[in-house]
Amino acid sequence: MLNKYPLWKNLLVVAVLLLGLLYALPNLFGQDPAIVVTGLHGAQVDADLEKKVRAALQEAKITPTQVERNEGRMLLRFDTTTDQQKAQHAIAKVLGEDYSYALTMAANVPDWLAALGGRPMNLGLDLRGGIHVLIDVDMDSALQAKLEAYTGDIRSVLRKHKIRYLTVKTEKGKQLGVNVKFKDAATRDKALDVLAEEFRNLGVEAVDADGAYLVRLTMPPAEVRATKKFALQQNITTIRNRVNALGVAEPLVQQQGDRRIVVELPGVQDPTQVKNILGATATLEYRLVDTEHDAFEAKETGKIPPGSRLYKVREDGRPILLKKRVIVTGDQITDAASGFDQRTGSPMVTVSLDSKGARRMRNVTTENVGKPMAVVFKETRVVGRDANGKPIKRQVEEVISVANILEPFGRRFQTTGLDSPQEAHQLALLLRAGALAAPIDIVEERTIGPSLGADNIRQGFISVMIGMAAVLVFMVAYYRVFGLFADAALIANLVLIVAILSLLQATLTMPGIAGIVLTVGMAVDANVLIYERIREELRVGSTPQAAIHAGYEKAFSTIMDANITTLIAAVVLFSIGSGPVKGFAVTLAIGIVTSMFTAIVGTRALVNLVYGGKRIEKLSI
Amino acid sequence: MRQLIPTNRTIDFMGQRKLAMVISGILLVISVASLVIRGLAFGIDFTGGTLVEVGYEQEVPLDQVRKVLAENGFGDAQVQQFGTPRDLLIRLAPREGVKSAEISDQVYRALRKAANGKVELRRVEFVGPQVGDELTEDGALAVLVALMAILMYVAVRFEWRFAVGSVVALVHDVTITLGFFSITGLEFDLTVLAAVLAVIGYSLNDTIVVFDRIRENFRKIRKGSPAEVINVSITQTLSRTIITSFTTLLVLIALFFLGGEIIHNFSLALILGVLVGTYSSIYVASAAALTLGVSKADLMPVQKEGARIDDMP
Repeated sequence: MLNKYPLWKNLLVVAVLLLGLLYALPNLFGQDPAIVVTGLHGAQVDADLEKKVRAALQEAKITPTQVERNEGRMLLRFDTTTDQQKAQHAIAKVLGEDYSYALTMAANVPDWLAALGGRPMNLGLDLRGGIHVLIDVDMDSALQAKLEAYTGDIRSVLRKHKIRYLTVKTEKGKQLGVNVKFKDAATRDKALDVLAEEFRNLGVEAVDADGAYLVRLTMPPAEVRATKKFALQQNITTIRNRVNALGVAEPLVQQQGDRRIVVELPGVQDPTQVKNILGATATLEYRLVDTEHDAFEAKETGKIPPGSRLYKVREDGRPILLKKRVIVTGDQITDAASGFDQRTGSPMVTVSLDSKGARRMRNVTTENVGKPMAVVFKETRVVGRDANGKPIKRQVEEVISVANILEPFGRRFQTTGLDSPQEAHQLALLLRAGALAAPIDIVEERTIGPSLGADNIRQGFISVMIGMAAVLVFMVAYYRVFGLFADAALIANLVLIVAILSLLQATLTMPGIAGIVLTVGMAVDANVLIYERIREELRVGSTPQAAIHAGYEKAFSTIMDANITTLIAAVVLFSIGSGPVKGFAVTLAIGIVTSMFTAIVGTRALVNLVYGGKRIEKLSI
Repeated sequence: MRQLIPTNRTIDFMGQRKLAMVISGILLVISVASLVIRGLAFGIDFTGGTLVEVGYEQEVPLDQVRKVLAENGFGDAQVQQFGTPRDLLIRLAPREGVKSAEISDQVYRALRKAANGKVELRRVEFVGPQVGDELTEDGALAVLVALMAILMYVAVRFEWRFAVGSVVALVHDVTITLGFFSITGLEFDLTVLAAVLAVIGYSLNDTIVVFDRIRENFRKIRKGSPAEVINVSITQTLSRTIITSFTTLLVLIALFFLGGEIIHNFSLALILGVLVGTYSSIYVASAAALTLGVSKADLMPVQKEGARIDDMP
């Protein structure tokens, strides 16, 4: 028994340790208060902008410690948070609303380390403070809205083919479908052919019920799925836009399951504002203005002409009559940008529609050149809940802009008649980010104040350190020199856990710290197993070298079995658990893997180095 | 060599297994009875509701805060101190008529007004009733799946009697830990659930080490009844079992006293779990395997055909 490691094994241990140290290193550097500037509406972050920002800061007598600009974002570091906040005001004044300037803490990692991919650990919201919100998308409303859109489409198809119908109604209840009623079987059969041709994605069938001739169009499961998926995607995009407009550094907007969205905003101070902005279920509709009737008169007398609805203009509260038929809705808007009309120099908004919206817009505007068209701002606010827990909703509808149709248009068009560039800007913002495809409800919120976050980090750090110190002391007291080896392995293990968490950019949470603490306690288990084996071998009279060899050999399969089963528990926790449970599982799993390396391979390298290859009478164990 | 445990004498653990069974039986009956009658004090993670933690600049009487809340229509709020007399925890059940996510805003606004702004919002947790139900389901599922996966692994690596023995021990540990939370009325939240799952991992770790040695000794020791072999094995691994539990307890105690209020019940559940888990890996798991009739023949390595020939020089 020589107990010598081949060179490559020693090199492997050294290499792993060095890599571990390298990637754990970024966590030792502090963080600077910083501002991240990003372009919002395709606005460029370029050299010109940098010049502007620098000039603004010079004027405000603030010197950033460092300015970095790459990939459409600019990072400015400052000495103090006071400087940082002053700078934000100065920059905001110069750049206006086309940019977001979020306050953040930027890691102070040296360039060479950053170039190697070295980054500090990603701290969870419970450690840095912030707001976590889980949003549920109201899929019933999304489907209902889709059905309403179909009824409009069905009406216009039937009109185009000059088929007379009695009513077009969405079916209430479980079945998702539209019933179209006809006066006789012949008309119905003609309509059936036309509708089946036009709506290939729907189930179309003839139904005779109570002497009525019906065509029923139903949404097949695939269509229902597609609608839900679209509503979720659209809402994620909208929420992401809103979050970006909030100016938060490193926001997270992510799909969870098939109807939920997770939003995580680090460092946000005012949860109320965030919830209001996220939850605003604003949407927009384009409608024709009813010019044949007088809106004031309609309001006075209460006689609303059929086919029209009475609205209020947001600006001055004056009444206005709009046609009931919606031309396009907000979810058909793919883009919007504010600018100035080249001919008149007045502020305007350029709007882009998807193909279906564009087709409708072209049809309607061709027939209505010279007539005014209105943009209606619709918002559903939840005002309470009824006895069954169903939300009580109230709809706010206001006309935010009225403009004349100058010529027929389709995919891209301009809305003029706006009062100011600010208004144009705001409208563009609303059009671009404002439309949620379906109402949302916040079903979970976890907000951690910044002071609690700092407390958590401090307490977590202290308990890891004290717990570890206790274990280190015990191991040396009990196992002497071998205890020192185990201690070295334990420290190496902690370094490796930190390095892997930093490399993976996994999020470290308070339960994650608990996982690390637990791993520290359990990591020595492998060494205890080995050492107890060595002691047993010594007791039955093996030579020290043989005892070391047998101890490691025999303990190995036990360690594997024991760790694999714990790993199974960690993996199950990770895949099924949510939030806090996941954080715990990640560090536990990483800790198990790294501890096996440090406790088996690492300590063996040390043991071999100290005792290997020579005659020894006694082991200090 | 320092020794915690004398190693020269085999301890007759299996001889005491009747006594152990009685103790475990009593603990299990009490736990199950309490779980059935009292249930668990589920936190808002599972029941849904709102939790607001606020920090005052100065110590504030609880009655005063309760009065402020009652005046603002939150008469049902539970107020308690959290760690220090300046930190308060306010719990609210889900309520009708108010958009759930807004309750915390209203509570904080009311407290802030009453305290002239000298109060800080430290934490808000709001869980909708639906999400609470899902978390409960997911949690129960996680425990079941973990148990199943472990059962399968142990059955493949060892033998079905050991698998059953280890799962019996795990169910024993989980039930007693849950029973403790039920009897003491301590809040059972997501972190405690994570702790319970960690207990499963830990207790299993302990059990596997003992089983591993039993398997080895069944192959090595030619003479001796299964009970004797098990006794030898447990004795041989006893110092390891106790030392590992001890080091784990060291860090858990550090976590319990220094980790802060949020992690309190988590560490408590783990401390209890480690204690019970250590006991069960000694007395329950092996005893169960023995009762099921584990024997030497079950654990002899399967001889591959031709293996002998290969061994010939």
